[in-house]
Amino acid sequence: MSDETAAAEEAEDEAVAEEAAGELRYGAAVSESHGDVVLHATVETYLDVCSEAHADGFDQLIDLTAVDYLTYAGERTLPGGLTPERFEVVTSLINHVRRERIRIRTQVSADEPTIPSLFDLWPGSEYLEREAFDMFGITFADHPDMSRVLMPEDWVGHPLRKDYAVGAIPVQFKAASNER
Amino acid sequence: MRIPGLGDTQSIANNGLEGMDHNFLTGNIENLVSWARSRSLWPATFGLACCAIEMMASGTAHYDLARYGMETFRASPRQADLMIVAGRVSQKMAPVLRQVYDQMMEPKWVISMGVCASSGGMFNNYAIVQGVDQIVPVDVYAPGCPPGPETLLHAIFTLHTKIESGELVRRREANGGGAGITIEQRDGQTAGLTIGG
Amino acid sequence: MTITDETPETIDGAARVRRRGDNAAVLRLSEAEAAAIGTDATTPDDDERVLLNMGPSHPSTHGVLRLMLEMEGETVIRSKPVVGYLHTGMEKQAEQLTFLQGCTNVTRMDYASPFFTELAFSLATEKLLDIEVPERAVWIRMLMSELNRISSHLLFMATNGMDLGAVSMMIYGWREREEVLRFFEKVTGLRMNHNYIRPGGVAADLPDGWKGEIEALLELLPPRLEEYDVLMTGQPIWRERLQGVGTLNTDEALALSATGPILRSTGYAWDLRRDQPYLAYDEVDFDVIVGTYGDCYDRYAIRLNEIRESMRIVEQILDKMPSGDYRVQDKKVTPPPRIRIDQSMEALIHHFKIFTEGFKVPEGEAYACVESPRGELGIYMVSDGSSTPYRMHVRGPSFINVQTMPHLMRDSLIADAVAIISSVDPIMGEVDR
Repeated sequence: MSDETAAAEEAEDEAVAEEAAGELRYGAAVSESHGDVVLHATVETYLDVCSEAHADGFDQLIDLTAVDYLTYAGERTLPGGLTPERFEVVTSLINHVRRERIRIRTQVSADEPTIPSLFDLWPGSEYLEREAFDMFGITFADHPDMSRVLMPEDWVGHPLRKDYAVGAIPVQFKAASNER
Repeated sequence: MRIPGLGDTQSIANNGLEGMDHNFLTGNIENLVSWARSRSLWPATFGLACCAIEMMASGTAHYDLARYGMETFRASPRQADLMIVAGRVSQKMAPVLRQVYDQMMEPKWVISMGVCASSGGMFNNYAIVQGVDQIVPVDVYAPGCPPGPETLLHAIFTLHTKIESGELVRRREANGGGAGITIEQRDGQTAGLTIGG
Repeated sequence: MTITDETPETIDGAARVRRRGDNAAVLRLSEAEAAAIGTDATTPDDDERVLLNMGPSHPSTHGVLRLMLEMEGETVIRSKPVVGYLHTGMEKQAEQLTFLQGCTNVTRMDYASPFFTELAFSLATEKLLDIEVPERAVWIRMLMSELNRISSHLLFMATNGMDLGAVSMMIYGWREREEVLRFFEKVTGLRMNHNYIRPGGVAADLPDGWKGEIEALLELLPPRLEEYDVLMTGQPIWRERLQGVGTLNTDEALALSATGPILRSTGYAWDLRRDQPYLAYDEVDFDVIVGTYGDCYDRYAIRLNEIRESMRIVEQILDKMPSGDYRVQDKKVTPPPRIRIDQSMEALIHHFKIFTEGFKVPEGEAYACVESPRGELGIYMVSDGSSTPYRMHVRGPSFINVQTMPHLMRDSLIADAVAIISSVDPIMGEVDR
């Protein structure tokens, strides 16, 4: 690829990103990430954003997961003036007719990690939300069966949180610890 | 009542083969029984993860466990004498593993297939039991990730030699046959568990 | 609860699924409650119904899947899949491993088709790194992926046959699979869990003589597939057992987030290779196989014909394979060739740095998806600028397809339950991660 076309493409991408940023889509601020359209929501606006997306033809929920930003090394700046919280619920939707994908990132605070469930819009969210609860401790309001799915039912703790140790046993000759 | 050459009938009734006298007369009977046991080890289906695929591959035409009388993977542990733990054992699966092992009839053997079953493998974390020998006594460890069918067959031959020599029976008597290990749960989970012999 | 009054036009799939899901097809009973029911085994709601536990150690549950079945006689009324018996903490483990080691971890999720998870991981990492992989690497990845699709579908046919009683199918399926695995061993060094597709390209170039081997494979397979047609497809017993069993509508499948052969069996022609092409799938010709009735027979037929389509793609790759590098020539990402380590100090240092510390990936988040034999396999990756992923989430198709099981199994016989589990083709490593 020659330098000119590369520069032209870059300029085009920047223009698209600028256009996308600053506008609202389904009531949420938009940003662009490596070619994907990302919407940013809060716990209050989450269900409305998802409902509007559903009404606009996003007929399938692809993925629902969470991220714990407790030990994130970099800077977190979110568009639309949102305050970054510890947890982020990431919902990926797809519109088959327009072959379009969007990702909705919702900030969920650590003090009250509750967010509405998408079971009424997409019943396929059942297991995904159970996994997010199991691994992160985020509760989904109005979920039909908010219980653990991967860990045993009586397990204490939420393994994918950053303050939950990986649980490795010390092994000689590993970088983990130098104790003999 | 004592049968000269064979042993005490009460002892034979209670302990089977192990209750017989060990002399040149009973030696051949023991050899015959050990040979028969090793040549028809019926595995219990305990395929968990990737190693299960390689275990199935050893059972099918190319590597063919049927040559060794082992193609019948018994679904019921009551009918099986070999448990090949093929794959990683998670915290949720561990009690199930022990339950299936307990349901098997003596004499029974365990092959720990793959590194995850032998030591936790590459998954040194909260979710995987670091070695299935924390839960059941293991006779042969087969390393590999996954061990190819040839490695599994080598493990099976090793087990055959051990069964035929009677080495395993004697060792089991020495330490009671159980793992005898205390498992301490990490991170404040439900209390410690002791698996005895 | 019957839905005779509503026609498909008046009620949408999500509502139907949801209404059925509210304790009408999905059993909402916790494991503790189920254990407390004890040996009496009659469910608390109804004396006529029995709670039967199937698995996790069961010959027909395709790994460690546990199903709680609420049965009335031989009929399954409600069911609840219980998963987690193979939970390996791979997403947590990924945060401890560098991006170069990451593929060894994710490859063990879907162990029947390991290349796809490696591919998704590599695509997500390359997205974050913003690098482009050379053409030859792209085509090699496509070749290995399609061969893996063939071997995974052969595994499906073998286990599907065995579950339904056609035990010889087990032997036949594995016989063909061994041929494909032999090629994999030649290229990657391993029969399974290859760690071959890595960020930046592939681990090694194709060996000499690969074309001849593939041609031999492509000659071997079609007559064998015809054998399967004779053994199963046209056979009355096979049809009786699979046709009309475990039916699903398009709306229901979409509402349940099902993808892959399950969605395509309902008549919905969505295949990521054609509709959102990745690698070089827009440069090869192939058909997307679609079913009509959404039953188990359709899913079986789809997978059988997908083997044929994959062979078609492999034939085209044979002709179109470009020459060039098999991995990106970016020193920061790709380790140098082993020979160079003896010759150059920089090469030695680079090798050392990449294999011990790992290469750093810029901050950001990305989602990359591929069409695996089970559906859409995606990886959502968040990087904080260090050499290990900050968060790696795998959208495993089997995890989400397991949700369709209670809906497929409602009001079917227990023997059909086995056929249904087999047709969903879950791989528990991917379900539990």
